Amino acid sequence: MNLDTLTQTSGEWLRGTGPESDIVISSRIRLARNVAAFPFTNRASAYQKAEIESLLRDRVARLELDPRLEYINVPNLSPLDRQFLVERQLISRELAAADGPRGVALGPRETVSLMINEEDHLRLQVMRSGFALDEAWQDIDRVDDLLEARLSYAFSEEFGYLTACPTNVGTGMRASVMLHLPALVWAKQIEKVFRALQKINLAVRGLYGEGSRASGDFYQISNQVTLGKSETQILNEIREVIPQIITYERQARNAMLKESRQAIQDRVSRAYGTLCSATMMTSEETMDLLSSVRLGVNMGLLDDVTIGTVNELFIHTQPAHLQKLMGSLLDGEERNAARARYLRTRLREAGAHPN
Amino acid sequence: MKCQSCSNPATVHITTIEKGGQKKIVHLCQACAEQQQLVKQQELNLPAILQTLIGQHVGQLSDELARLTCPQCGIKFMEFRQQGRLGCPHDYTVFRAGIEPLLERIHRSVRHVGKSPRRGAEAQAEQVELLELRRQLRQAVEAEAYEEAARIRDLLRQKEAPG
Repeated sequence: MNLDTLTQTSGEWLRGTGPESDIVISSRIRLARNVAAFPFTNRASAYQKAEIESLLRDRVARLELDPRLEYINVPNLSPLDRQFLVERQLISRELAAADGPRGVALGPRETVSLMINEEDHLRLQVMRSGFALDEAWQDIDRVDDLLEARLSYAFSEEFGYLTACPTNVGTGMRASVMLHLPALVWAKQIEKVFRALQKINLAVRGLYGEGSRASGDFYQISNQVTLGKSETQILNEIREVIPQIITYERQARNAMLKESRQAIQDRVSRAYGTLCSATMMTSEETMDLLSSVRLGVNMGLLDDVTIGTVNELFIHTQPAHLQKLMGSLLDGEERNAARARYLRTRLREAGAHPN
Repeated sequence: MKCQSCSNPATVHITTIEKGGQKKIVHLCQACAEQQQLVKQQELNLPAILQTLIGQHVGQLSDELARLTCPQCGIKFMEFRQQGRLGCPHDYTVFRAGIEPLLERIHRSVRHVGKSPRRGAEAQAEQVELLELRRQLRQAVEAEAYEEAARIRDLLRQKEAPG
């Protein structure tokens, strides 16, 4: 796969379509699986890792999926390309940074990604735009079944799918929904939401898995429990709570319009103005400003850009994406200048031909 | 020691030297310290949380468990405790006494419900046998006993891989 072709698009999760896509960015499910009769990755010898990689690579290649997946050998990738795949959420940071034989099989639409020799031998991931956990589950369940027909997974009747870390044992499933919650952050209500979620054993992380301070006001809600509940139960628990959070976010947006319309309009306009005219721009500031712009477009306070463009800018301004778009390696300062230039150009184009 | 803002146990102790060289000591709990932005909010770090959990449980466990070693992958329970990662699927059986309380704590359950492999997983005994063969294969390769290694490899191929 020529990774450069991917730079032209924004990938499945930022496509900005699907149910409730003004607030729900994407739905994602991952399954952790290990091949029976091998030590887990961290304990496998170099030789065993190579064996696991070639076994899984062969089984993945024989998957009857249409369109077919393409295999990428991670050790052959440059650090920039690895970072690029991390930014697109197609591989984990762990897989990018690990050593030894490892790889990832990707679908052309970037909805499916199968990582080999991550913390577990196999990490299956399916992503969907918008609030679409059921579709994601159907897809991943099918891929899992197809693989399992030609593989013996490490499984026990008692503990389920056996994983390197006991936090994943059982279903091996982590389901997450990524939300854009700028109004709840603005109204300082977000901590309350977190506390409520933690009480029902759901975890909250930022866009790239970071802790409480999420960049761009993106939050991923996911299950913590993987043992003692079926996949359906786990998905139901998440599915039930998301509409409530969506309602809170909408209420917060309506309250903002009613009580502080001018303040929010000003924030949106300033954010847009800064993005259109700044000459140096860090990744962090870009995320914050784009978040305000995204909110503004969704609330009808700004119509110079489309959500599609804003979503694309979120990913295109990440360090590795930016460097690939510019076609050269750039240090921090150069990146900030290039980022600002890129944003100005893209937003001027969009402003000249809105929608 | 109690937190000065609420009555929870204080875990954050901050000493500041004021003008004139006077020392001022504040004792707070994590939550109050975060609220006053005196410490960075703790990031959600699963391995770290897990290690704390493992530590709390193993603290009260016998030396016997601490010394347990998996015959297949060679990991000691203490190593698992330090790293938070198991060495092979068989560890769930070997370290059962240490892992079950941990699972109870993390998942509030020790029994899998949910999907099972369609073909039915190979019997546990068979999985262990395969692990054992693989261990022997590794040993044979390391000892450069290639004939023996080839024999084990053929045996493994016979027993393995339905596809």
